Amino acid sequence: MIRLAIILAMLASPALAISDPNEALPNPAQEARAVQVGSQLRCLVCQNESIEDSGADLAKDLRGIVRQRIAAGDDDDQVVAWMTSRYGDFVRLKPPFNPTTAILWASPILGLLAAALLLLRRTRPAAPTPLSPQEQQELDRLMREGG
Amino acid sequence: MNRRTLLVSLPLLGAGLAGAAFWTALSRMQKGTFDPHALPSPLVGKPLPDFSLPGQSPAQFGFSSDDVRKQSGPVLINFFASWCVPCVLEHDELMKLAAGNTQIWGVAYKDTTAKAEAFIEEHGNPYARLAADRTGRTAIDFGLYGVPESYLIDRQGIVRWRWAGPITKDIAADTLAPLLKQFA
Repeated sequence: MIRLAIILAMLASPALAISDPNEALPNPAQEARAVQVGSQLRCLVCQNESIEDSGADLAKDLRGIVRQRIAAGDDDDQVVAWMTSRYGDFVRLKPPFNPTTAILWASPILGLLAAALLLLRRTRPAAPTPLSPQEQQELDRLMREGG
Repeated sequence: MNRRTLLVSLPLLGAGLAGAAFWTALSRMQKGTFDPHALPSPLVGKPLPDFSLPGQSPAQFGFSSDDVRKQSGPVLINFFASWCVPCVLEHDELMKLAAGNTQIWGVAYKDTTAKAEAFIEEHGNPYARLAADRTGRTAIDFGLYGVPESYLIDRQGIVRWRWAGPITKDIAADTLAPLLKQFA
């Protein structure tokens, strides 16, 4: 009995989302697109997982909807738009470029610019300040004496 | 202003600004007017999604988005399930709200008719109308994360508020009550 239970437990594979052939679209090209779109969509009830990677119930439902939309002829952007109209930009693992995220996206460029400015200042030698009249007189005197 | 004062004052100014920003954010978090974990619903300010759901016993008939729109006051649509632990937590609060004449319309989310009915029988029925969303498809049109989750719809059928999680005593008093008054 125990042996049977162990064997049964070993047979019960973890419910991995993508491994379920019942979920996949029959058309391989469409299924590939569904996986590609789904991997950009956040599993909302998980920690930083896409709906393609998650075993959560809601993720499974959303995977199904992605496939429905694709089978119905939606392009990738339309599928993502369908999701954001219900779940907001948060559903996208890669945040879109908009006024709120502009600084986020611009930060690498801003950092590079700041570094470039700093380097430029460092390498350019400061122009020597011109001698004051007193210094000039002193220099002339030394030159005369030394010469 | 010479270079030295500039070099000293710039970091000071930066630190001062950052400090002011942190202070504002933290004090707003304490007051509850700012929640960094809040997930803003894109539905707020927009018409509620179209749907038509079958009844969930003890109610004989379900309801549709049109039924919600026909109401003369705000409706709180509450998604719940018998398998949901925090739903039990908020149920007392829902009962109190219902006793105070708040229209709460319940949707049993991914539940069986029998189990959802048993849940209502055990904990009481705060729902003026009761429907079942067995596939959870309507819930996704609302942008539902999980149960319990509630949506306040005004009399024009516009979504005014979304709350993902149990409606606690504090939420009911501090957030929901003013909204109910505002959209009454």
